[in-house]
Amino acid sequence: MSLGVYVIRRLLQMIPVLLGVVFLVFSMLHIVPGDPAMIMAGEQASPAALERMRERLGLNDPLPVQYVRYLGNAIRGDLGESVRNNRAVTDEIFASRYWITLQLAIMSIALAVFIGVIAGIISAVWRHSLFDTMIMLIALFGLSMPSFWLGIMLIFWFSVQFFWLPAAGWGSLPQAVLPVITLGTAGAAVIARMTRSSMLEVINQDYIRTARAKGVKESVVIAKHALRNALIPVVTVVGLQFGFFLGGSVLTETVFAINGLGRLMVSAINARDFPIVQGAVLVASVSFMAVNLIVDITYRFLNKRIELN
Amino acid sequence: MSQVVADDGIVPENPVLPAGRWRVLFRKLLQNRAAVVGGVFIILLLVIALFPDLFATHHPTRFQNPANRFQPPSSEHWFGTDNLGRDIYSRVIHGTRVTLSVAFQSVFVGAVVGVSLGILAGYYGKWIDTIIMRLMDILLAFPGILLALAIVSALGPSLRNVIIAISIFSIPTFARIVRGSTLVVRDLEYIEAIRALGARDSKIIVQHVLPNVLSPIIVQATLYIATAILIASGLSFLGLGAQPPIPEWGLMLSAGRDFIWNAVHVSLFPGLAIMLAVLSFNLLGDGLRDALDPRLK
Repeated sequence: MSLGVYVIRRLLQMIPVLLGVVFLVFSMLHIVPGDPAMIMAGEQASPAALERMRERLGLNDPLPVQYVRYLGNAIRGDLGESVRNNRAVTDEIFASRYWITLQLAIMSIALAVFIGVIAGIISAVWRHSLFDTMIMLIALFGLSMPSFWLGIMLIFWFSVQFFWLPAAGWGSLPQAVLPVITLGTAGAAVIARMTRSSMLEVINQDYIRTARAKGVKESVVIAKHALRNALIPVVTVVGLQFGFFLGGSVLTETVFAINGLGRLMVSAINARDFPIVQGAVLVASVSFMAVNLIVDITYRFLNKRIELN
Repeated sequence: MSQVVADDGIVPENPVLPAGRWRVLFRKLLQNRAAVVGGVFIILLLVIALFPDLFATHHPTRFQNPANRFQPPSSEHWFGTDNLGRDIYSRVIHGTRVTLSVAFQSVFVGAVVGVSLGILAGYYGKWIDTIIMRLMDILLAFPGILLALAIVSALGPSLRNVIIAISIFSIPTFARIVRGSTLVVRDLEYIEAIRALGARDSKIIVQHVLPNVLSPIIVQATLYIATAILIASGLSFLGLGAQPPIPEWGLMLSAGRDFIWNAVHVSLFPGLAIMLAVLSFNLLGDGLRDALDPRLK
């Protein structure tokens, strides 16, 4: 199957999943215990105000009609309006919030890949050495640490104790350091573990043994033969992690008071502003699916090249 | 929270453990020092969760004394006191039960539903398989904690809703793993023989398929308890889970965040507790996986 056919097939496969995701996001409003109109308009809302809210959210129509309308609007890029300030949900999300989260996620994944891949290679090459043990132990701690706690501790050391770095906000490079470490640490740990096991698997394969037997220098074996193949499965993990960063930066953004997508979501949840929550969840999920698609295509492309070689 | 799904993607290739090998597995596990450490910590946590009063030195929620606020760690208050003058050590101790019960309940429900769906999909195949696995794809399309966050935001903030949210979040992972194992088991010769002898599907599934797919489920469940602890405390940290004055670790951290300038110990210790609990389950889960699939140690 050529790459083009594969891409088209993947895109077609995404359609039912997308419809399902939109359906779940749409259902959020309807699993709310009680009357969603009253929750959003407030307990003291007059019957007239409640009716206006129902009308505005389209709650008076049958559910299938509501779903089809939500879906149709979403396809056209209309995710409704914020109940709080009547701004279009897409404006709230894409004016700046989404891009801030995207920046945070990209910087964090860059850090995670850099540290994770290097640590994983060191661990695999010097397997069972002190380095290996140390790196894997640190990785395990990195996986087990709650990111929000790590963030708070970093603020304590670098902002409260020594005034080296700002504790909040987004926009300058110093402001990015602590949040990027906070978000990237767990990803680095996952990537390090994955790189290590992938490297070990490749190193034990016949062609590596052949290369060694031919007298190729160990460093060349690692760099030219092992690494190239070992990193292919790592690509998948990197893609997944990037998606998690996109959707999961909620906690990091909360700790560092960064006005990204996650913090928008949390404030909207507290204000019971459901159109915003729904829009944010939908945008993050679609982004995640897009990233996964790109990763799968990359993976296939890399694999193809190796098959050809 | 990216580590929420800290799955390396390393699933044993042929994760079917022949029946009667449990003792071998256990012996292998005992040789793995890290797994033993994890297991011992888990036992300790369970004892604390069952009998918190044996360990706590103060009442976890009753206000001690407003004048007693922000005491640094001392012989009287091992972890210091918080903004209301409560003993943080005792609150961390009592929080163990909250955290473990939320994690165990949510993983149990998620595993039961996920395993059932996975077996149905793998055993019957065809359109049942397609429908179930597409549904799982939809649940997996929500990145990280977003699915749990969305569910809790709709249902309202409470520990019960956190359990529901994490259960739903963990269903697809169990379903996928179990489906894979079921496919392997289904085509084993002796299963075909039993079927040819006229055994009913329900009997084959309960007596033969389920025991054979149990080992990957146990590995996954152990690792998922670690994940559940991270998500649950994260949701409580955001104010969407446990509500005051419940001594929940994530909630304690979020309260402590405001006092980081003068009293870092308020956030330090609950965070350490979360990390220790998560680490223990990760150690045991890794050990179980290695014992089942020793290829890459």
